[in-house]
Amino acid sequence: MTDEAYNFAYLDEQTKAMIRRAILKGIAVPGYQVPFASREMPMPYGWGTGGVQVTAACLVPEDRLKVIDQGADDTTNAVSIRKFFARTAGVATTERTVEATMIQTRHRIPEVPMKAGQILVFQVPIPEPLRFLEPREAETRKMHELEEYGLMHVKLYEDIARHGQIATSYAYPVKVEGRYVMDPSPIPKFDNPKLSCSPAIQLFGAGREQRIYALPPWTKVESLDFDDHPFKATKAAHDCDLCAAGDSYLDEVIIDDQGGRMFVCSDTDFCAGRRAKGHKGRLWAPEPEAAE
Amino acid sequence: MYVAVKGGERAIDNAHAWLAEERRGDPSVPELSVAQIREQMALAVNRVMAEGSLYDPDLAALAIKQARGDLIEAVFLIRAYRTTLPRFAASSAVETAAMAVDRRISATFKDLPGGQVLGPTFDYTHRLLDFALLAEGLPAPAPGTPAKPQPVPHVTGFLNRDGLIEDAPHSEAVPPDLTREPMELPADRALRLQAITRGDEGFILSLAYSTQRGYGRTHAFVGELRIGQVAVEVDIPELGFAVEIGEVELTECETVNQFKGSRTEPPQFTRGYGLVFGQSERKAIAMSLVDRALRWKELGEDFTGAPAQDEEFVLMHADNIQATGFLEHIKLPHYVDFQAELELVRKLRAEALALQEAAE
Repeated sequence: MTDEAYNFAYLDEQTKAMIRRAILKGIAVPGYQVPFASREMPMPYGWGTGGVQVTAACLVPEDRLKVIDQGADDTTNAVSIRKFFARTAGVATTERTVEATMIQTRHRIPEVPMKAGQILVFQVPIPEPLRFLEPREAETRKMHELEEYGLMHVKLYEDIARHGQIATSYAYPVKVEGRYVMDPSPIPKFDNPKLSCSPAIQLFGAGREQRIYALPPWTKVESLDFDDHPFKATKAAHDCDLCAAGDSYLDEVIIDDQGGRMFVCSDTDFCAGRRAKGHKGRLWAPEPEAAE
Repeated sequence: MYVAVKGGERAIDNAHAWLAEERRGDPSVPELSVAQIREQMALAVNRVMAEGSLYDPDLAALAIKQARGDLIEAVFLIRAYRTTLPRFAASSAVETAAMAVDRRISATFKDLPGGQVLGPTFDYTHRLLDFALLAEGLPAPAPGTPAKPQPVPHVTGFLNRDGLIEDAPHSEAVPPDLTREPMELPADRALRLQAITRGDEGFILSLAYSTQRGYGRTHAFVGELRIGQVAVEVDIPELGFAVEIGEVELTECETVNQFKGSRTEPPQFTRGYGLVFGQSERKAIAMSLVDRALRWKELGEDFTGAPAQDEEFVLMHADNIQATGFLEHIKLPHYVDFQAELELVRKLRAEALALQEAAE
């Protein structure tokens, strides 16, 4: 049921128009961080307010919304954001990636490939890929303007000199269509290849930092690397203990105090779908009813 | 093997129900009314109005009640509410020279037109716990004399007449609006003042204190501090004149800062300015010190690297709603990033240990 006290999807229409203008500009200049007048939302900054504003600006009543956090539909913050839109927009929600027209995500890209017509909205904490190399916004904007990315390459090179490899495992920087270096949000670098040439629209919202950026469909996105140290998407060297998938990103779960652990798909919809098809992992067992 | 990936929704509902119960506390103790908070916790209400950027004592009191006295949480509730409100007009600049003052003091002149008015202040109280307040009862009425309406001109005006203080010319420029446009740096003074007046009192206080201890020293005197009611007027286009729509309580502080001159400016006193909703004296004084410290560039002073001089540092970290949200978000799940880090550290360790073994 929609909450009558608020406009459709909470934000007033002028605010949505302002956000849509920022999104359109972002789509026109892929990878460029567009400043926008982020609003205070009824959830804290840092908890997805940028993604929520982008989702609110894009939602239409016919949409079917999926919200994931760390790949899962049932983590607390995903539940909270899904409820927020169910309440303020009255849109249908789903946990199925293939059924969703819009997906708001924190830190993952679903395992099932995205389709044309879908919109994937990323929640972004720090949109500036150069921020931890240069804390000043005035400086980093200039660096983007001048395409001055030497500092980033030096950082990656120093990683190799010190560790023999690039020691960045998530929020791994990418270059968009050979121009802007972009922060892909803190997704594991395992997900980076999915960003490139995706048929879906990918939108990034950073509420506290007041930035929106975008990847239109079929945009080429390259993870930064060197010829002799090519980028490699990595994951735990296991199969899912519930659905036996060998190609999905895994969460590690500690199961006793003797060092016992199991690995399960971080994408809960993907894992459940495989189990429904009869795939059984090493530790698979039927779910106890009482746990619901 | 069953992994607890379900159940978030019910857990949230139950947690909220528990929170509501805790908020009420022991039901055998009478419930606090919003009016009680508004009247008896007035300074907390003022702080919530100032940092929430919404002048409404009743809503601020309600927010304090709902937030169980957590003032930053209360500010958050107010901010989230105000952002949904339509804007039908912008007021004319309030005339603080015409303020009906409850309190007006100058630390630079012993006496001056309009007089020194102490008003309801903690300043000279002895900070001894008053155990009489454990019992309920009315305080003895304060002695009073009828107010003699008289103009209370600004102290800086007297200095300005002699050219001893920098001029602050009147401007018709429309100030930028921090709540409607993204913050772009460098910011002008109007935008900086907006950010500071809604900034966290503790943060602004500490920055101001740091300037007093030498990190961007500005040698401030409180030229004047005044607290009282001012009229808010709005131009009605259909009528062609301004109409008073209400009154707000404000605290205004003007500091007079020693200044020996610079490459571009002659020796004269300079100004720092603070203006805050409600009786918020500490905040207004702190604001005026930070304002002055941030003006180093226009006055041709050196940047000494002090935090209070650093516009981006001050403006990007003053907002406690942004700060608390981002700080507290690290308690959200980070399984995915942490897993990526785990794999990386394991890999780096395995390689380092292999190297070590090979060396032995």
